[in-house]
Amino acid sequence: MISTPSTPVNPLALIAELTHRCPLHCVYCSNPLELKNRANELTTETWARVFEEAGQAGVLQADLTGGEPLARTDIVELVRAVRSAGLYVNLITSGLPLDEGRLDALIAAGLDHLQLSFQGAREEIAAEISGTKSHAQKLRVLEWLKSRRIAVTLNFVIHRRNMDQLAEMLALAESSSATRVEFANVQYYGWAFANRERLLPTRAQLDRSIETLKSAQQRLRGKIRVEYVVPDYYAKYPKPCMGGWGRKLMLITPTGDALPCHAAQIIPGLHFENVKDRGLREIWETSAAFQKFRGEAWMQEPCRTCDRREQDFGGCRCQALLLAGDASATDPVCSLAPTRGKVNAIIAAANNTPPTESVKPDWLYRPNPA
Amino acid sequence: MPERALRLNGPSLEIVQRCDGKHTVQQIIGELQQIYSKAEPKKVETDILDYLARLHDQRALDFA
Repeated sequence: MISTPSTPVNPLALIAELTHRCPLHCVYCSNPLELKNRANELTTETWARVFEEAGQAGVLQADLTGGEPLARTDIVELVRAVRSAGLYVNLITSGLPLDEGRLDALIAAGLDHLQLSFQGAREEIAAEISGTKSHAQKLRVLEWLKSRRIAVTLNFVIHRRNMDQLAEMLALAESSSATRVEFANVQYYGWAFANRERLLPTRAQLDRSIETLKSAQQRLRGKIRVEYVVPDYYAKYPKPCMGGWGRKLMLITPTGDALPCHAAQIIPGLHFENVKDRGLREIWETSAAFQKFRGEAWMQEPCRTCDRREQDFGGCRCQALLLAGDASATDPVCSLAPTRGKVNAIIAAANNTPPTESVKPDWLYRPNPA
Repeated sequence: MPERALRLNGPSLEIVQRCDGKHTVQQIIGELQQIYSKAEPKKVETDILDYLARLHDQRALDFA
């Protein structure tokens, strides 16, 4: 039996990519390869309307991200707009264009939660990965946060080059006011896909990291919630990407396109609606791009008859495109996928070359939009 | 909570509504025992303490 796409009542969270501008140039940036410039960004007023529509549509949270959301000079106003629309406000930031006065203004405007990104536990690796000196400023931000009433998450993006520094990262989290720390393995899209062979960890690194993080979860229970995401190339089954296509999340690009996920624009043939032309609820309910992979009608075998299809929704459409050349295929990381061999070959190559700390890879850095 | 939400109904909603920085745990227990007066008071207390401990483990709340 194949069901027709049913539209979930409302998205739970709105991911607002306020800008592609960023002082960092991380080699795994989740922004698309084609970056939008400042002149094309949505205005304060349009964002405020979008947040208002999100509140009315039943969205619970807004994640303000980028690029670097603090690169928007109107960020305090935008936080206030999210809050007055009745949404929980989360700011995902590098902490770079921030001082104490601006932090206070953000909190006064209603910021509920700040997620500070880290590229490593030390300046050297952080500078290598982000292509700029940024670590010392992040440590200053951690100090400022200690005396302020706001929920804090530290986010460490981990990979081959920094995965052996987890103990130091945990120590940094423990010395901060964070109640949550996230260890996110790089996911291979966009810039990270271009840098994949330099980022993909070995099986041994991965096993050690899981051991370290599991024991940290026990040790820090009740103090800091430790969360981690394993790289799906090493998984047996795919991740339920975005909680399912068009099921839980909606992402708005700096120029107002409404996407089901960060990377959706790489899928050929999809047309994305823009919030300048249509209301948020209308887009959620009727946009062809959101409908495209909802439900099960689009699925191929083995997903179509798989017992797990309501758990992982066939995995990630963008990964299917990138690795299998077909966005409707089973996510190739799935052990049941006919294309799993491609992923195995990529992993085998990664494990044949052990990480060497002394040799700095020839990174492709993400530039700033022209 | 970042990247997650609590689905609250009945007693869980009554409890979380009172986690306002003003109620003490004892006050929350007392008020819930009145609302759920047909339930065994000791059971109400244990259930509330368990639930608060779970929220604390999730880092959704702190005890002052």
